[in-house]
Amino acid sequence: MTPNLQTARQTETVFRTENLNIYYGNFLAVKDVSIKIPKHCITAFIGPSGCGKSTVLRCFNRLNDLIKSFHIDGKIYYHDQDLYSSEIDPVEVRRQVGMVFQKPNPFPKSIYDNIAFGPRLLGYKGDMDVLVERSLKQAALWDEVKDKLKESGTAISGGQQQRLCIARAVAVQPDVILMDEPCSALDPISTLKIEDLLQELKEQYTIIIVTHNMQQASRASDFTAFFNVQANDKGQRTGYVVEYDRTEVIFQNPMQEATREYVSGRFG
Amino acid sequence: MVPSTNDSQSMNWHRSEASRWLDKGFIGVTGFFGIAVALVLLAIALRVSIDAFPAIQKFGLGFITTSRWNPVENLYGAWPQVYGTIVTSFIALLIAVPIGVGVALFLSEDFLSPRIQRPIVFLVELLAAIPSVVFGLWGIFVLIPLLTPIGKWFHETLGWIPLFNTVPVGPGIYVAGLVLSIMILPIIAAISRDALVAVPLELRQAAYGLGATRWETIFQVILPAAFSGIVGGVMLALGRAMGETMAVTMVIGNANVASPSILAQGSTVSSLLANQFAEASGLQISSLMYAALILFGLTLIVNILAELLVRSVRLKL
Ligand SMILES: Nc1ncnc2c1ncn2[C@@H]1O[C@H](COP(=O)(O)OP(=O)(O)OP(=O)(O)O)[C@@H](O)[C@H]1O
Ligand SMILES: [Mg+2]
Repeated sequence: MTPNLQTARQTETVFRTENLNIYYGNFLAVKDVSIKIPKHCITAFIGPSGCGKSTVLRCFNRLNDLIKSFHIDGKIYYHDQDLYSSEIDPVEVRRQVGMVFQKPNPFPKSIYDNIAFGPRLLGYKGDMDVLVERSLKQAALWDEVKDKLKESGTAISGGQQQRLCIARAVAVQPDVILMDEPCSALDPISTLKIEDLLQELKEQYTIIIVTHNMQQASRASDFTAFFNVQANDKGQRTGYVVEYDRTEVIFQNPMQEATREYVSGRFG
Repeated sequence: MVPSTNDSQSMNWHRSEASRWLDKGFIGVTGFFGIAVALVLLAIALRVSIDAFPAIQKFGLGFITTSRWNPVENLYGAWPQVYGTIVTSFIALLIAVPIGVGVALFLSEDFLSPRIQRPIVFLVELLAAIPSVVFGLWGIFVLIPLLTPIGKWFHETLGWIPLFNTVPVGPGIYVAGLVLSIMILPIIAAISRDALVAVPLELRQAAYGLGATRWETIFQVILPAAFSGIVGGVMLALGRAMGETMAVTMVIGNANVASPSILAQGSTVSSLLANQFAEASGLQISSLMYAALILFGLTLIVNILAELLVRSVRLKL
């Protein structure tokens, strides 16, 4: 029987990885990740560039499946379902686990159709106008675009585009939203808007966010995983989780010296 | 510490006068060539119009609607050729657009490993380099013997439809349409593929990330995003189909009739020009020029329509 991902949403731990190793071909990109992502919390992934934050994040919605050389060993559980078991349909996973990318990527369609894209895929039968409005309001974009819903989603500012992408992800009412450096291309005001947004969204959704901004991680997240990268004798740079804990602990009283140095900006 | 260097002499922060002039010169030269292309086009149109003028004066717009080509009485009308041009091009597009876009999709997705895909892309592009006389010969010796029995079958079973109400005799409009479709297929496939490959990966990821399947992604995101490029390719192909002379002349039968049946023989504006120009004189030349001018106009109209189509779709998306 194929597992029903929809009824599986109940448990308090949304994702659990066990000794997860991620490879691109022969290259071990990330090793031995064992973490639990709790429900309705914001979990931040921090760490130096190339340590595998995006790689791990993209395992959670099986977006890495698009890369031919990609494979894992170890386990990832999504509410007790083995996410990489052959019975799981990756398309169904992505309907439950939305994603916001580093670079805003609205479709070259109208703002309205951008939001309606996901619900239409899922055969949504309700009032689309209401859903579009609610999604845009959740993404704090409604007031800025309510008079130009028919205009192209690519003809608004970068910060607005990113909030449009958040609204698009929210519109299908996913269980989890993955965000890969969603604010890296944004000005401080847009960034703060999105951070406020995160606090509202976590009432309903579980959020995992990759960020290079230490203030953002400490301000906005409940849990933080600090990743680092280590070169082996063959020069392969493999990422791993140094420390994973409540955000206050990571930022104020971490167990590892490397974590302390990284969060205080004395890294490297 | 960055090692100190002593090579500041080799850096030249100042832009020389010559480099500035080169820049300006470059803009000038490209501008000149741009305008030159437009001027050549205008000059050709003007020349054709001047030469066509006596025929325009004599026959007026009736030239397009009458079917006679009578050098003895010096009475000319090009309706069969205008009709033949439109019908053969339409048949060609009908076949080549779906197949060409399909091929382009197949060769732009990762269905094949790059090691197989690259040679196939190359072969498709090579198809565009085959001289049209070769296509004509192939049409005569391979396609016509192959198609005639099929045409007969259509005539016998569906002969009551005007589309098939004549007995196929070998050459014909449908053969020309088919040969044209094969000639324009690589143009459509190659340009559409370029347009599809140019769609940013981010859009694909966005669609997959929302839980779209591969087909939903292709039909709802990739194809619409590549639409204007694909239309551009189709227009280029249509221009080729409408202007193609050699291959069409060899397989269409060159009959001066406009039959509703695609199994009938016919002719196109280009085949008319090819057949008649060598022996023509006086008003006949002028009439041929008039026909050429009409072909020019047809291409122009088609391109304007395409531009409008692209714009309206872009607004809707
Ligand atoms: N598609 C891919 N194919 C092969 N190797 C890849 C691919 N994507 C990432 N990698 C490698 O995996 C490692 C981790 O990359 P990843 O993008 O996950 O890092 P990151 O922590 O997100 O870095 P950044 O902070 O710069 O975004 C890197 O060594 C990278 O070169
Ligand atoms: Mg990254």
